Amino acid sequence: MSIQDDKAKEVSADGAAGPIILFFILGLAASLVFGWVIFPKLLYSQKKQPIDFNHVLHVEAVDEGCESCHFFREDGSFSGIPELAQCVDCHEEAQGEDPNEVKFVEEYVANGREVPWLVYARQPDCVFFSHVAHVKEAEMDCGTCHGHIGESEHSRVYEENRITGYSRDIWGKNISGLKKHTWERMKMDDCAECHATKEIKTDVETLPWPINWLPLPYKKQTGNQASVTTVKEACFVCHK
Amino acid sequence: MEIGRRSFLSFIIGGAAGTAISPLPWKLIDDSSIWSQNWPWTPVPPDGEYSQSNSVCTLCPGGCGITVRKVDDRAVKIEGMKGHPVNDGGICVMGLSGLQLLYGPTRVKTPLKRAGKRGEGKWEKISWDEAISDVTKKLAEIRSKGESHAVGSIVNSDSGTVPNLFKRFLTAYGSPNFMTMPSMQDSYNMTMLLMQGVSAQVGFDAENADFILSFGSGIIDGWGSPVRMFKANSAWKVNGKKVVQIESRLSNTAAKSDKWIPIKPGTEAALALGIANVIIMESLYNRENIESQSGFDAFKELVLNEYSTDNVSSITGINSATIVSLAKNFAQASKPLAICGKGQGSTPGSLNEFMAVHALNALVGNINKEGGVWAVSESDYIKWPELEMDSIAESGMQKERIDGAGSEYPHAKSLLNRLAEVINSGDGSLGALFVSDANPLYSMPDSKALNTAFDSIPFVVSFSSYMDETASNSDLILPNHVYLERYEDVPTPGGLQKNVIGLTKPVVTPQFNTKNVGDSIILIAKALGGSIADAFPWDSYDACLKETLGDKWDVLEENGFWSDSDSKVATGEFNFYPDAMKSLSSFSSVSIEGSTISYPLVLIPYDSIRLANGYIGDPPFVIKTVEDTVLKGKTACVEINPKTGKELGLTEGRYAFIHTPRGKAKVKVHLYEGIMPGIVALPRGLGHTAYDKYLAGKGCNFNELIGPAEDPISGLDAAWGIRARLTKI
Ligand code: SF4
Repeated sequence: MSIQDDKAKEVSADGAAGPIILFFILGLAASLVFGWVIFPKLLYSQKKQPIDFNHVLHVEAVDEGCESCHFFREDGSFSGIPELAQCVDCHEEAQGEDPNEVKFVEEYVANGREVPWLVYARQPDCVFFSHVAHVKEAEMDCGTCHGHIGESEHSRVYEENRITGYSRDIWGKNISGLKKHTWERMKMDDCAECHATKEIKTDVETLPWPINWLPLPYKKQTGNQASVTTVKEACFVCHK
Repeated sequence: MEIGRRSFLSFIIGGAAGTAISPLPWKLIDDSSIWSQNWPWTPVPPDGEYSQSNSVCTLCPGGCGITVRKVDDRAVKIEGMKGHPVNDGGICVMGLSGLQLLYGPTRVKTPLKRAGKRGEGKWEKISWDEAISDVTKKLAEIRSKGESHAVGSIVNSDSGTVPNLFKRFLTAYGSPNFMTMPSMQDSYNMTMLLMQGVSAQVGFDAENADFILSFGSGIIDGWGSPVRMFKANSAWKVNGKKVVQIESRLSNTAAKSDKWIPIKPGTEAALALGIANVIIMESLYNRENIESQSGFDAFKELVLNEYSTDNVSSITGINSATIVSLAKNFAQASKPLAICGKGQGSTPGSLNEFMAVHALNALVGNINKEGGVWAVSESDYIKWPELEMDSIAESGMQKERIDGAGSEYPHAKSLLNRLAEVINSGDGSLGALFVSDANPLYSMPDSKALNTAFDSIPFVVSFSSYMDETASNSDLILPNHVYLERYEDVPTPGGLQKNVIGLTKPVVTPQFNTKNVGDSIILIAKALGGSIADAFPWDSYDACLKETLGDKWDVLEENGFWSDSDSKVATGEFNFYPDAMKSLSSFSSVSIEGSTISYPLVLIPYDSIRLANGYIGDPPFVIKTVEDTVLKGKTACVEINPKTGKELGLTEGRYAFIHTPRGKAKVKVHLYEGIMPGIVALPRGLGHTAYDKYLAGKGCNFNELIGPAEDPISGLDAAWGIRARLTKI
């Protein structure tokens, strides 16, 4: 190959490097914008709650704070989303002028129809979660998982994942899957984060029948080292 | 600027790089995996109302409490019941898989009448009315010929309302031939009778014992009430209690014990007496309390004269120092407990062994003591009115039992192990046989001989819920509901130190056209009329059960179990040396079948918690858990010591035939250091020919290779093995 040829090649390579880098950057930028900004918008549909609910207003009006509506039933189950019957206790008739309340009374109370609330924290069917174990036994704060919901004046928009049908709260608002606070994500890893470190309490007192005649293996220690994610049959605790 | 191929490619590469560091691919992977779980054609059980129901598991004699989780009328999960006195929340792999026995393919769905030859698998579906009238006609015919005593029944045990309905039926009909499936409980009951003079069930305060000497009992292999024993074993570990396992094979129990002492199989009784010898020689017992007890002097003489440490060492193959230190550790423990019944205790074993071990317990003073052995009075809730027998029944009941229990062997209640031989040798015959809650054609030793005997019984009725070996070889099947569909009492499981009665409940409505066996019996009795019908005054089995349980019913219905507040102990005078024990002078182990020349090896069975070997066979989930050193493909593995392997030229994984005087089977060789040279071990629970395709045809049935060996005192089956030969293929 002659020397001239080589030179010619160098020139042409120099000339092409610019556009190549430029296009690379363009491609990079476009996909980043798509991935981080456009994709989440496409992925989630926006739904409005049937009634715009004001937590602040209600907390002021009731006597027992959150527990007035979100209470434990006698059998230990939890009234997460209150049923219409509870609302009716106060709202048999509209108490004020608020169009939301009027709509609630006319459409639901009057017809005895449950409000089809969209549940932000709804988990798949295979997940068994006991509120009583966490709130009463482990004395956890509602806010640890649900955030400061009691301070909201309006119902947030409910964002539904078009592919899975689950609420955006499960994956978390941040599309990257990262979170700053414990309540910003509700996937299995987020449960495990806490459970890997916390011990579970097992106490013979919690058994349903008095079995004081029973000898040793039935007398369990309280606060042993096992965690719910490491004990035998651990999977079945949440996945029934 | 020209957009060339290169620019385009670099745009694509830039796009790919950007995509990779954006959340898009990762989020899409997660979402699409969730999406695929929710495809409309992915089977998802319908949602419904959740509820829970407390009941009892009857898949083995363990009697564990279970809590069944339901969605509407569908059972979706079985869990151990928290707070239950037997298993407190624990459950075994079999219990967990119970739903497969409810919804699985092996159920008999409606009454069936044999259409082809026996065992051919051709059946005609019939109605319940037809089924009941077929049985009634046959029974009426036999009775009219004055042969009522030629009707027999085989059930799982002799306690509880259903077995007692069978017994009552046979009595009213006129036959003494009520037979039960054998187990170690038979030997323990007889030991209680002979040494303590009481009719009681044995109970072990295992949880409070601090030194457990086990003569081959598979503590974590399914012995006694299995889940209870797992829990006790875990507690011993946590609390530093000692377990010594005496067994010729390194079983799971042996591997988890504090000390494993291999012994020549069949010589356990000699070891127990050798330990007694050391305790007596060294005065390690409470002389004041023990020496005054009846029979002690004779026992002492026997032990001192014949069971010196050296002598026992040569019988058992255990060195003298080990025997001495074992005896000292046992006697000096504050709550020592000796137990026996090999493996899961599904065979009765040698009565000598049970008596020797029981004497050892008595010697260290742990009878009816905390951490010891208890004689638990059987709960007596069945109080039915005395029945009136007509003349046919009376004369039938005068006849001797076909199996010789009560006559040839005066202490025995039932000797099913003798049935095959009696029939096959022409010494007796049966005209009709009922089988319920049992699968003798699979689980009795020498099952082939029993099969032959069945061939000569003209009318076999099975009440099985499943198409098991016995059901498939019967003439008529009147299928029972499975345990999750019916009410039935479950009497105190063997080994518990106090009475705990369980109640199975119809957790779901019956899935098929089946009927509670209790109802079938009542219907047959009523159809036969006369004094037989009068003996069954109840409208239905449930009514009978409710009446029988009386004031316990409400508690049982609510909790699933009822338990005594204290142990009810039967006390009788302890006798160290009942007549039966005389046979222990000049020890000889129960001799096993086969000549040493043609059969140089000894075949022994072993049990695993993953292999059910009773009435119920492994459901699909459970058979999946069996290791490939136990079942490889469709072949069962035999364990032999590498030394034995070398002598026979058999290497790991080789196929071979195992021959015994009773049969032959193809097996795979597994070399295992944990088995004594000269011994071959084969798992029990494989080799089914019936049930479903998940179980049938896998491995070989140990019971086809072994024959029963009659215990000279009890008449029960005492065979612990059989001589065998391995040949290369
Ligand atoms: S041990 Fe027996 S009774 Fe208990 S769960 Fe297992 S199979 Fe059922």
